[in-house]
This record gives sequence, C-alpha cells and structure tokens, in this order.
Amino acid sequence: MNEIKNTAAAIRKNVLFQIFHARSGHPGGSLSCVELLTYLYSCEVNSNNQARLVLSKGHAAPAWYAVAAEFGLINKKDLIGFRKLGSMLQGHPHVLSTPWVSTSTGSLGQGFSVAVGIALGMRYQNFLDHTFVLLGDGELQEGEVWEAAMSASHFGLNTLCAIIDYNKLQSDNLNKNIMGLEPLSAKWQAFGWNVVEVDGHDLNAIGAAANEAKSVKNRPTVIIANTVKGKGVSFMEDAPLWHGSVTMKDSEFREALLELKVPDSEISKYVDGSIWSEGA
Amino acid sequence: MSITVPNLVGKTGDSLREAFGKQLTMLASEHQKLVVLDADIAGGTGAHHFRTSNPERFFQFGIAEQNMMAAAGGMAATGLVPFVTTFAVFCLRAIEQTRLSIAYTQRNVKIVASHPGLDTGPDGASAQALEDLAAFRALPNMVVISPADPYEMAMATEAILKYEGPVYMRSGRSPARRLFDQGYTFEIGKGQTLRHGSDVTIVACGVEVGRALDAAERLEADGVSARVINMSTIKPIDSELLERCAVETGCFVTAEDHNVIGGLGSAVAEALAQTRPCPIEFVGVKDTFGESGEPDELAEKYGLTAPHIAVAARRAIVRKEPS
Repeated sequence: MNEIKNTAAAIRKNVLFQIFHARSGHPGGSLSCVELLTYLYSCEVNSNNQARLVLSKGHAAPAWYAVAAEFGLINKKDLIGFRKLGSMLQGHPHVLSTPWVSTSTGSLGQGFSVAVGIALGMRYQNFLDHTFVLLGDGELQEGEVWEAAMSASHFGLNTLCAIIDYNKLQSDNLNKNIMGLEPLSAKWQAFGWNVVEVDGHDLNAIGAAANEAKSVKNRPTVIIANTVKGKGVSFMEDAPLWHGSVTMKDSEFREALLELKVPDSEISKYVDGSIWSEGA
Repeated sequence: MSITVPNLVGKTGDSLREAFGKQLTMLASEHQKLVVLDADIAGGTGAHHFRTSNPERFFQFGIAEQNMMAAAGGMAATGLVPFVTTFAVFCLRAIEQTRLSIAYTQRNVKIVASHPGLDTGPDGASAQALEDLAAFRALPNMVVISPADPYEMAMATEAILKYEGPVYMRSGRSPARRLFDQGYTFEIGKGQTLRHGSDVTIVACGVEVGRALDAAERLEADGVSARVINMSTIKPIDSELLERCAVETGCFVTAEDHNVIGGLGSAVAEALAQTRPCPIEFVGVKDTFGESGEPDELAEKYGLTAPHIAVAARRAIVRKEPS
C-alpha cells in the first residue's frame, strides 16, 4: 500500500501539470479522487480489461489521464497535450481519442447508466468481472442517476460497484446549499444497494470496501468515499473556487508543486512543460 | 430505376410497428448479439413479439428512457447490438443520452421509434412526435430512416441490424397500406422512384408515401405528370437522385408526418440548395402541435392528405421559371 501511496502523490503533480498547461480544467474534483483511481488501477482494473472502469464524473479526466500515465497506458510526454487541438487527451474522456476509455463522459449521470449497460452486457455474455464506476456528488442530483441505481438493483447487478467521490462541494457551493443529498447512505440502501462508507484517501479502507463489493452476491455495492476537494494542495482544499474554469497562475502552480514535495530543481520544468518532454 | 407501380387500392395490413416486431423475432436466431430494450411499452411498439419469443434477450428498463438509452450504449460497448424501442416522443426525452453515449461514441445501437407523427391519433399531442426527424438528423453519425410500408419496415429492420453504426428509425402506429411486393429492395441511403413523371417530383416518407401516390393519380387525371420518390432514408439523403429529379422535373413537393421545420423537407432543401435550387413546397405540420383525433381526420385538418399534396404540386409548378 505504501507504494500505491507514493504513486498517488506523484499523480497529483501531473493532474495540476495538465490543467496548468491547458489553462483550463477541474483541479478540485480531479485531486479528490486520486487515491480512488490509483487504487483501482493498482488492484482492480488490469490492462486487458479497461472496459471495467467508467469515469462518470468525466471532468476529473486529468486524474484519469495522470493515473494512466503512471501505469504506462499513455506516455507522460502526452500529458502536456491535455485539452489541446488534436490531442488524444480530450477535455472529457472520449473513446475515439483515447483507446482505453470505456465510454465518453462529461454529461453527469450518463456514465452511470452506461456502466449499468456494460455490467448487464457482460453478465449476459458470461463475463463476470466487476465494473467500477466513479461518480461525483453533485452528479447525484441528476435524475438519471436514480434511474440507473433503481435498475442496477432490480437487475441484481452485483458485478457493478459505484464509487462516489463525496467531497461535499460542487460547482458553486456545498452540495447542501445547492440541492441537499443527505441522508445519502440511507437513499442508496433504500434503492437496494449495499453501502460502504470510507475515507476516500485511505487506500487500505478503499481496498477493503472494494473487496466487500466483490463478495456481495445479490446486489450492487456503492462505496461512499468521503474526500476532500482539492486534496493535497492547501489553498485548493475545500475551496469552491478551484472547482473549475479558473486559470492557475504560475505562482499558484509553483506553490502547489512545493506542497506536493516536488524538488526545487524540477519545479521550473513543470512550469515550462519540459519535465516530460523526453517521455517515460 | 423504378418498380412496378403498385396497386393503389392496396390492402391494409400490419402496422409498421407490428411488422417490425415480427421481423425482430425472425432475425433473432441468426443474430445472437441482437438484444431488445424496452421502457414498459412493448405492447405499443411491437417489441412484445420479441419479449415472447426471446425473453432472455429482452431487457426491461421500466419507464426510464434516459437510463435505457445510455445503457444501450454500454451494452453495445460489450459487443451486443441493442435495439432500443419506445415511442418517438420518448426518444426525444433521451436525445442527450443518444448524443453523447451513442452518436459521439459511435456505438452500434438501433433506436426504433413508434407512434411517429399525427398518425398516433387519439393519444394527442403529447404522444405525436413532430420533431424527431429534425432532432436526430442533427446528430453526427446517426442514420435516420422512415419506411413507408410494413414490407419496407421489415426489410429495413434487417438492413439496420447488418449496418454498423447508430440508427434512428421511425415505425408506425396505424394499420398500414401495403405498397411494395417481393420485387422491392431497401437500401440505406437510396431513395426509390415509385412513379415516373416530368412536371414535378413529390418526395415523401412514411405514411405520406401512399398519399403521394394517390396525389399523383389525381394529378395525372388533370394532365399533370408527377414523379413520386420514396425517400425512406432521410439521412444520408440521396442527393444524387434529388439532383436528377431537379434536372428532369424542375420543382418539388416534400411530404412528411412531421413539422415542416427540420425534417425531410429541410433535408431535401439543403441538398438541392447546394446543387440545383428549385421551387419546393413543404407538406407537413405547419409548426404547430397536434391534438386528439383519428389519423385520417388529423391528416385532413393539418394538411397532410393526397389533395393537399396535389395542391402543393400545382403551386410548385406555377413557381417554376419559364424554360
């Protein structure tokens, strides 16, 4: 788990690297799900079966791309292309640009329905591997999410595991001030799901929850992962401002990299983009 | 190349939705990847046949079309060929899901939409889709089809199953007039000349094709020679055929059970505007909603009948520039 922990730290730098050079993106919600995605790639989603992960909160694409780079699915030198014309790293994940993406997302709620379809289709053809789908919390305000939740339970899709990046914030404000979600755990239970609540930055806890999901035989599992939006960068943590569409200043990027323990000698290379230009 | 002019006093038989449902059942055994999705409306869409014949391949999503549509994209991602079935108006409810999870991802999903147009009848405006051709036409990668009779519907069902890519296809609610026989072949993207003529071309789809043929008969009696095209594929439209008709007849009437905005008429106009602009008269619902009534009564009230088409044809001819 310690190795995975170091991987998560490395990934945060590259999340911000992409967003800085793109001059747009969603830092807060990308940073909050780093441990979740890192765990999934370390322990669950193997290289043969990319179809088993759906990033329903598609705006966290930088996190997915950074994780993928860390696990060798893409070249780190491609990270600087995020959101740029002609890049394989589209602003929101796209199947036709990035081969290991399972479905194109960016419209909240839809990835969850697609994941239900993937799990159904796989079970129908006797592929019984798990399908993981990562959702945001604001996303849960979409009615489609509850259609999907109802259907997953009705179909008895125990091979489907939803993970909610519960960082309590959405675009403009706290969930509770926009459209309250609580009691969240009770809602999922009422919809027939097995519910596990964990600290979304604790890799051991995430692992235990994923194992529980795989052991439950008759219903799907939702892991409600309590997280911190902007995790890892003190001035971004719990700050609505850093949800998205804010351009990071040079000084802010530098400060963030310092907090993420990037050595002084390397910081300028992150800022000027040359850090990964030799590939790897 | 045209076919033999069909017997215009054609037998009324299956509705297109029933022809569709029966054909799905026939195709099931040879196409193992074919699955059918429903939103608690199979009795109305014809999908009930498949529910009976292949229950293990029939997926019930309940009254939740958005989830059904996006899930279809997911099922297609696993290699299945999903047929999504519901009323056309409820496909509109899920158009954003169609856009992102099917069209953008280019998933092999076939959306078959029943109860198109005023032909829906007594249910009234909430169930009469008059905007669906416009909406689905505007989605990249989407093939849009509206067959004219039960026989073409069955052929088209097989054709879209074999075609690789997203398709939106209208069916039909009412018992339909049989227009074609075994000699007719359906091909995606190809319009069919059902009747030759030289004064005007009537381009129609769906239930309007039969009415267009009736209109042509009336016009002939008055010495007007009207060509009739069954444009069952609205996208990609057969612009080559349209251009030839423009050269050979000089003006058009389009006819559809749909708003005059955005559907077949617009597609024809777009094609001609880029090649051979000429006068076009649009027969369709004039940008209003429908209402309850019997299909024939509604067609009369909203201007979709054979006499309406004939009047439009005369208007188009008058607008032709003297040659």
